[in-house]
Amino acid sequence: MNTLRTMLWPAVRHILLIAGALVLLAPFIWMISTASKPPEEVFSSELHLIPHHFALWDNLKIAFAKANLWRFLLNGVIVTVSIFVLQVLISLPAAYALAKLRFLGRDTLFALVLFGILIPPQATAIPVFLLLHKLGLLDSYAALVLPFTISVFGIFLMRQFFKSVPDDLVDAARMDGISEFGIVWRVMLPAAIPAVTAFGIFSVVAHWNDYFWPLIVLNSEQLRTPPLAVAHFRNNEAGTNYGPLMAAAMVIIAPLLIAFLLAQRRFIEGITLTGIK
Amino acid sequence: MATIELSAIRKSFDGTEILRGVDLRIENGEFISLVGPSGCGKSTLLRVIAGLEPQSAGEVSIDGIAADGIRPSARNLAMVFQSYALYPHLSAFDNIAVPLRMRRLSAIERLPLVGALLPSRRRKERGIRDDVAKVAEQLEIAHLLGRKPAQLSGGQRQRIAVGRAIVRQPVAFLFDEPLSNLDAKLRVHMRAELAQLHRRLNATFVYVTHDQAEAMTMSSRIAVMIDGELVQVGTPTDIYDNPRDIRVAEFVGSPKINVLPGRIREGGRIEALGVALRLTSSAAPGACRIGVRPERIELGSGPFAGHVVHAENMGSEAFLHLGVNGSDVRLVARIDDPRRLPPIATPVSFGFAMDAVRAFNAEGKRIEVEIEHAERVRERAIV
Repeated sequence: MNTLRTMLWPAVRHILLIAGALVLLAPFIWMISTASKPPEEVFSSELHLIPHHFALWDNLKIAFAKANLWRFLLNGVIVTVSIFVLQVLISLPAAYALAKLRFLGRDTLFALVLFGILIPPQATAIPVFLLLHKLGLLDSYAALVLPFTISVFGIFLMRQFFKSVPDDLVDAARMDGISEFGIVWRVMLPAAIPAVTAFGIFSVVAHWNDYFWPLIVLNSEQLRTPPLAVAHFRNNEAGTNYGPLMAAAMVIIAPLLIAFLLAQRRFIEGITLTGIK
Repeated sequence: MATIELSAIRKSFDGTEILRGVDLRIENGEFISLVGPSGCGKSTLLRVIAGLEPQSAGEVSIDGIAADGIRPSARNLAMVFQSYALYPHLSAFDNIAVPLRMRRLSAIERLPLVGALLPSRRRKERGIRDDVAKVAEQLEIAHLLGRKPAQLSGGQRQRIAVGRAIVRQPVAFLFDEPLSNLDAKLRVHMRAELAQLHRRLNATFVYVTHDQAEAMTMSSRIAVMIDGELVQVGTPTDIYDNPRDIRVAEFVGSPKINVLPGRIREGGRIEALGVALRLTSSAAPGACRIGVRPERIELGSGPFAGHVVHAENMGSEAFLHLGVNGSDVRLVARIDDPRRLPPIATPVSFGFAMDAVRAFNAEGKRIEVEIEHAERVRERAIV
């Protein structure tokens, strides 16, 4: 009786968790399945997960032939990396000032940063679009990167992390003759690597997958970011051919997946560190 | 090597005054301890000297040159922090090398990747390596240089922090409670080592601590700080034997000095616990407090009667806590031979020599007393 109960609860727990995981994974699995099917199987009325005829390579070949996927991936890398680098360059000194320097109005300034987190990007989209138009920057990499260089979320996250760095360390650096900017890069950044990694993943995932903003500011085909590329793929290039479309989608999420798997431990470290302290 | 002069230093945070006008002259090559209970402002004073905290008023001068407004690193002082404050991502070697690199390398030479290619950087790095090795040898930490701070014990980190301080040969060293994170045994050991280091370097040491034993054992002078003021500055012996304020008397010495309620009678005679002492004072009559160190309490005979409340056997000595009959005053007396420890509740009579008495007035300030000659005392005692 007792052993039954101790066996039952973990079993129930696992069934529930597996069910939840399946719900989340279903679209993903379906994508892989569709990408592996030849056209006649995609449109067959019966529902089956494993393709009878494995056509993943053919679909990939069609996808790469019909659109310049490499170029879109490269665009994605250029945009996300530039955004992330600029975000770090701006948010680390800002976070350091908010966490460790004493100046008049610091708390008000931090409250404004928090307030900034509450504003959805769609709310500022039109003014930013008009600004870029006035500057003549629409339809360029700059249009994709510049609006995201200042990340209030990044400032907030790094500020919380810097708060946990002991003041003595900052003072020791000052005694050793390191300048304030030097402290940010030589002392705070190395101490904050887990938090920077966590922020990096948030930032890269968000901007790699961003559909809304590139759709608004881009016209030229060669500047398209991956999600935009996939969408246009469906409308124009592959028409109703879902196999290559899903194959292209797979290619486009692959870099994120690989990056996440590589940085998984660091990522979780960063989240827990910033969460607890 | 430097003299440091503080005049009328004041500091307040958000309206609360932490330092209320501190004047202190620290001599060249001196080991001075700033002691006081926690929150008395001693660490703030040290940070003002270091330049990490600007003072609200007053002046700091180092070797006769006003240091106000000069950046901490330009003051050429070194500081050892309570938490050691080693850079966690750098090896012990790099930690010690940081102040040298910041000084000797130009901004371009310090750049990662690019800087390493410059021939001048390589030449300077060699000099830095030699200097770090010299310091490491002095502190016996040569075998630890490759490790990260996380792989070092508290005592080892402490040495690395000291190494980082001495490597650039500063004019003075500032220590902010450097031993308080160590266990008791290591603390005693490091006490001796720091005192030796001071003798060897012959540099000015300013040492902040809340542990009066550290101050007593290491320093050439002690500055006792209470509530943001320097109450007394003097040699350890002077501070212990001649406290000018009851707060100093109570802070220095372990166990604490015994304080008995007393009174100055009309005519100047002093009494303690209602018993007339062979002491007179010219101070105004009224309530006063009588301080007697535990080692000066003599058991077995004397005008006071009490009983044993508690006994602490330390092995080499013992402390007897006494309740005084007819009052709630408690005293501590030291016994040199713990084997003669009386059991709890034993009635004892006790007294003390008149030269052991330190009398303080109602405000806690020291009162000068005069010992009467034995014959005259006998006459008056009869009266």
